[in-house]
Amino acid sequence: MKKIEVKGLSKSYNERRKKRRSPGDCRYGHGCLVLKDLDFQIEEGSFTCFIGPSGCGKSTLFRIMAGFETPTTGEVLIDGIPVLGPSTRHIFVFQEDGLFPWLTAMENVAIGAKHISDPLEREGEIRDFLDMVGLKGFEDHYPHELSGGMRRRAEVARALIANPEILLMDEPFGALDFITRLQMREEMVNVHQMFDSTILFITHDIDEALQLGDRIIMLSGRPSSIKADISLPFPHPRDLTVGEIASLRKEIYFHIGIHAAL
Amino acid sequence: MALKGLHPFISFGLAILVWEAAIRCLAIPAYKFPGPLAVAEAMKELALSGRLLASVVASLFRVTWGFYLAACAAIPLGLVLGIYGSARAFLNPIVQFLRPISPLAWIPVALMWLGIGDRSAIFLIFLSSFFPLLVFTMSAVLGIKVTYIRVGLNFGVTGLKRYTKILLPAIMPDIITGLRITLGTAWLVIVAAEMIAVKSGLGYLIIDGRNSMRMDYVVAAMIVIGIIGLVLDWTVSRLEMLPSVRWIHKRR
Repeated sequence: MKKIEVKGLSKSYNERRKKRRSPGDCRYGHGCLVLKDLDFQIEEGSFTCFIGPSGCGKSTLFRIMAGFETPTTGEVLIDGIPVLGPSTRHIFVFQEDGLFPWLTAMENVAIGAKHISDPLEREGEIRDFLDMVGLKGFEDHYPHELSGGMRRRAEVARALIANPEILLMDEPFGALDFITRLQMREEMVNVHQMFDSTILFITHDIDEALQLGDRIIMLSGRPSSIKADISLPFPHPRDLTVGEIASLRKEIYFHIGIHAAL
Repeated sequence: MALKGLHPFISFGLAILVWEAAIRCLAIPAYKFPGPLAVAEAMKELALSGRLLASVVASLFRVTWGFYLAACAAIPLGLVLGIYGSARAFLNPIVQFLRPISPLAWIPVALMWLGIGDRSAIFLIFLSSFFPLLVFTMSAVLGIKVTYIRVGLNFGVTGLKRYTKILLPAIMPDIITGLRITLGTAWLVIVAAEMIAVKSGLGYLIIDGRNSMRMDYVVAAMIVIGIIGLVLDWTVSRLEMLPSVRWIHKRR
């Protein structure tokens, strides 16, 4: 079943700076077209990774799907209904720290648990979710007292406890060290298996996309358009060095123009 | 280091020694500038007569009122200017125009309207604190990370909770810094205000000491002003250590 439909989506910004930000069709006084005529559908319960170079409009696309920004033309439909604004049905996990630094881990997760009306049940749920992401014992710590990985986990817990139909994750592990990233990847695979949410995930890391996704959508260009749409019908855990996925990996690297030593 | 807590005492001790040595070596007469011993004597005299305490209380009373009224007016108005772009477009130019006018320039106006007395002094303190606090609050609101606003919208934090759960906690560290700096300014201005507008307080003690050629009183009052300034700053700085506020210092 189609969960999300993006139809003829374009987005342009008014370029207010005197200096051009990048080469291309962004001139002072003109609209700067970031996304042009995007069309795609996302299956319910799928895990789709979006890859593409910096500044290609992936984050813009996600902000529009989350309802934080409106498209210039076209629309985003969720269950056939246009997205008109932010909602707890589609939760955004931010690139930078999205936890409220003035609240403890527990209080932050509680922000996502408002739909549970019974206070005792709510507290139990919050503790379960914190436990699930490995933050047992850190309930009363403030974000600045947690490591980068713990903060990401708390944010994921806050998103999941809200029981969203869609999770929009904008490079959520981009700022983490390599080992922590690998751990978080593994946990995301588990999350995808345990929860029914449809997950959309931006990453710069091709291997991350290959490990996690059921599908990879590759965006590039300015204005951005879909350069490749790759299906990944492989079971988890995945070994990227052998079999069909290995040749697919080579193909993607080739596609973006990197040939040697990979 | 065992010395760690002692650093200020060592530097103050040295400063007093240098002061005493300078008075002696340069043979500066006491009516021009008194030495530490003469000042200590004067401070004891002022303390015993009760005049020191009365002056401190009078000054603190005015600063407290002026500062309190300024905070009550400036923080809500700053919130409005920060939140509503149209209010900002109308009022911010006026605020920015009035802000650089020293509160001391208002002294004649204050005396004309409010007369000699507490009301004038409190009004001047109010002015000295109002504009900085207003600007601090406004820019704190404008400086809130857009992520926090979006997270709030995303999780359906609406109505009054938007303010109590997100806006106020997000600006609290900046507000506390603003209060700290503004209180310092208010304490600076009180002395000038008391020199002209009233007949009591530490500022008056200084001007009265000068008129009666008691430089030892003048320096004693200056020292007390410095000490109280330190205590006020330290008190507000304690607020910065609150767990729900400390994050801003970790981030920077």
